[in-house]
Amino acid sequence: MRSRDRTAFSLKRLEIAASAPVEFLVDGRKVTARKGETLLTALNADLGHVRNFEFLEERRSGFCWMGACQDCWLWTSSGERIRACTSLVETNDSLSTSAPEAGA
Amino acid sequence: MTSFDVAIIGGGLAGCSAALHARRRGASVILFERGRCGAQASGVNYGGVRQQGRHPAELPLARRSRAMWERLVDLIGQDCEFSATGHLKLARNDADMADLVAHQQMVSSFGLSLEILDRSDLRRRYPYLGQDFAGGSLCAEDGQANPRLVAPAFARCAREKGAVIREQCSIKLAVADRNGFQLFAAGEDAPVHARRLINTAGAWGAGVAKWFGDIVREEVMAPNMCVTEPIAPLVGPNLGICGGGIYVRQATGHGSVIFGSGLGTADRDALRARPLADVTMEAASAAIKMVPALANVLLVRSWTGIEGRMPDGLPVIGASPSTPNLFHAFGFSGHGFQLGPAVGAVLAELSLEGGSPTSLDGLSMTRFGEPKSNSAAPVAAVRT
Amino acid sequence: MSATDPVIIVGAGPAGVSAAGALVEAGQKPILIDEGMFPGGQIFRRAPAPLARSGKDTYGFEATRAHALGEHFAAILPSITYYPETLIWGIEPGTIHLARKDGALRQPWTRLIVAPGAMDRIVPVKGWTGPGVFTIGGAQIALKAQASLIGGEVVFVGSGPLLYLVAYQYARAGARVVAVLEHADPFRHVSAMAGLVAGGRILAKGLYYMAWLRAHGIVVETRAEPTEILRNRNGRVSGVRFLKGTRETTLTCDAVGIGYGLKSETQLADLLGVDFIFDRQHRQWLPKTDADGRSSVKGVYFAGDGLAIRGSEVAEMTGELAARALLADEASAYAPPVSGLRQRVARMDEFRRALDGVFPFPSRMASMSPDDTVICRCEGLTAGSLREAVTTSGECDINRIKAFTRLGMGRCQGRVCAPMAAELIAAQAAVDIAAVGRIRGQAPVKPVPLTALARRTHDQL
Repeated sequence: MRSRDRTAFSLKRLEIAASAPVEFLVDGRKVTARKGETLLTALNADLGHVRNFEFLEERRSGFCWMGACQDCWLWTSSGERIRACTSLVETNDSLSTSAPEAGA
Repeated sequence: MTSFDVAIIGGGLAGCSAALHARRRGASVILFERGRCGAQASGVNYGGVRQQGRHPAELPLARRSRAMWERLVDLIGQDCEFSATGHLKLARNDADMADLVAHQQMVSSFGLSLEILDRSDLRRRYPYLGQDFAGGSLCAEDGQANPRLVAPAFARCAREKGAVIREQCSIKLAVADRNGFQLFAAGEDAPVHARRLINTAGAWGAGVAKWFGDIVREEVMAPNMCVTEPIAPLVGPNLGICGGGIYVRQATGHGSVIFGSGLGTADRDALRARPLADVTMEAASAAIKMVPALANVLLVRSWTGIEGRMPDGLPVIGASPSTPNLFHAFGFSGHGFQLGPAVGAVLAELSLEGGSPTSLDGLSMTRFGEPKSNSAAPVAAVRT
Repeated sequence: MSATDPVIIVGAGPAGVSAAGALVEAGQKPILIDEGMFPGGQIFRRAPAPLARSGKDTYGFEATRAHALGEHFAAILPSITYYPETLIWGIEPGTIHLARKDGALRQPWTRLIVAPGAMDRIVPVKGWTGPGVFTIGGAQIALKAQASLIGGEVVFVGSGPLLYLVAYQYARAGARVVAVLEHADPFRHVSAMAGLVAGGRILAKGLYYMAWLRAHGIVVETRAEPTEILRNRNGRVSGVRFLKGTRETTLTCDAVGIGYGLKSETQLADLLGVDFIFDRQHRQWLPKTDADGRSSVKGVYFAGDGLAIRGSEVAEMTGELAARALLADEASAYAPPVSGLRQRVARMDEFRRALDGVFPFPSRMASMSPDDTVICRCEGLTAGSLREAVTTSGECDINRIKAFTRLGMGRCQGRVCAPMAAELIAAQAAVDIAAVGRIRGQAPVKPVPLTALARRTHDQL
């Protein structure tokens, strides 16, 4: 399963009057989220998952939302590790749901 | 009164291998392990299965052991994730290169073949390496295994073949008597009798040896180990560097990267050891220097264990200088894992046949000087 | 390291903030360290400003208390040194080791109040590791802190008071809550449990939520055992299958929240080397303390849900108790009395224990997970492989099973899998759960990039 395919998971957003959009990239594709959202919220709302599991053919979408389960680690496109549930979306971030090629 | 042919104190890899090999020779065997087999140094070490870099005194054992690693499945029914990924020892400078070349010549007389690589070879074959190394030496048949699995597998096999493996059973004292040895276990009234005694008590080996007046100085060391999350295949061979320092391997299949550098802290008597945060941080720094792509990999865990170290960094292996039918193998100084299977085989031979085809020259306890007189050894009539 | 090192408080939830307040009141200037972005822990988890909703919408009946904690924190902030988004990854005698985005730091300590809180306790069910399945606590955080719902049609599975609270909050926020599948049989117990009376207001709230759900047509099934989370072709959750007695039912849904109560986070306690005690009702090894939170190590105190799961009201009390104990232990400091506070904690403890009796951890169900159920989600280990390791090795110590199978060696270090793995191991080895032991905390207690450790700022906080 390529990371670009959506799991079509249905995280639902509540209406917030003053919410402001934040645009950033995930696997090279533009994603729009709301200011104040974490990467976990944003990716689950858009892509439906945050990473591919290493040992089985399965995707993961986080689990605990509180930095305990460690199942939502992503990469920035420059290769840094970032935990989705404890990181806020920032405009022009470029994230990757799989490890970037070495030397990227 | 039952008397075992062979009693073993210490259920690490060497002891469990000795139990299996002695049992396969038809001897009645009892092994005592204070905790669980393989729970100490044998289970928490780096997992390198390495011949390269050893002192010549260890090479006959290392060569014999390597053949056993190859056929671990035949020996104990599982391969313990042994994989011949190679061992690459890196040279920092020309002086290191000269040492590597000299080592290559030395080991060739033992039938071990190493390949010397220059700077451009390294760049071409191992582009993930960081620092500007002068070159390296590759031992293609070296590799790695999962240390947590090996000693317990030997113990299980020995038990299946009829060896008595007594875990969570601590020997408080052993003494020599007319018929061999009496072993006094904690909480038990009657001693266990055995004709021959093998001391594979690891970091506590010198303590056991002392019961018989074989006095050597054994210190403890606690190699500070680290492991990362699993990552895509990056590092092929098991990496080391001249002069010691950092060693790095990537677990074949699983993908986590294990590295070690420096020492944690250990309390031999309290049976406690822990890694040190400062040492872990230095190791992280050194790992990144060696393999820059590790910079953004997550460190998941650090650990250490209690390992025995001898003053010259070589184990004590061989017959007791003072006491007939007593055999020692301890003090592996941080590099006993690869040797373990063969050490056990040799101990079985020494104890049951009086000799071994594998040379143990240079490993005898006597290299530290004359043994103390037997008046220091406890006599048989000891009240428990 | 000196007696004038400020007290360090680990965790800015109700317990930690309460402890900080008590120390400030006594003239101290503690350091308060927290991993999160804002104080409040998980129960009073705050949304970032752009997603904030009203206190009532966010916290319901707890709005007053949430507000009070925020006010209290603001009042003490000038007197404390507060370090959010800071992880304590290691603790050694005299030094704590920290990691922040900008690198690693160290801080000397002589006195610690450890209040790291808790996380959800999980029992696996086939299909639980893929997308769209979260903890109950996680579902609540999605709502409270991110103004989101985990799905459009949600089933909540598990046991315990949190199940009803979150289902209620979701329904109030406009989610379609398809069902609440409760493993226990709470209604049978409620009338019989005299101890529950002590819970007063808390009990009333719980009953209110249950009644509200029923009144709004939300199915609440008790004695329900989930058997599978179903998924469609592109991996999306499509339903939950469960057993009630012998009757099997399938419900349609697109997201699932799972939780069977909470478990204390004890990794830092392990690193500190404090004595632990097995709490049979919590079915967990917990730091052993006296009535005021003093551990077996001088200068180390525990409070809050990280000491034992007793809820946020008790967390505030035990935070204060720990601070008072610390002050009492300083020969020169004023030590406010504790007996009244201790009595209140004891009464609440009675209530919590009765509540635990109403919603026991489903150890039998956990221990009987089918062989192909994934237990360790980090490593993908199944119940069958754990059982095999127990049988082959003849051992039951969870650390040995970990060594043989990699259980608990993944990124979460056993946080998620340990309770259920322990039940499974105990059942397979036919030993008491206490004999299985616990997975020991090891540094780093949470994963840290190597570069953050290599980049040592050398400065103290």
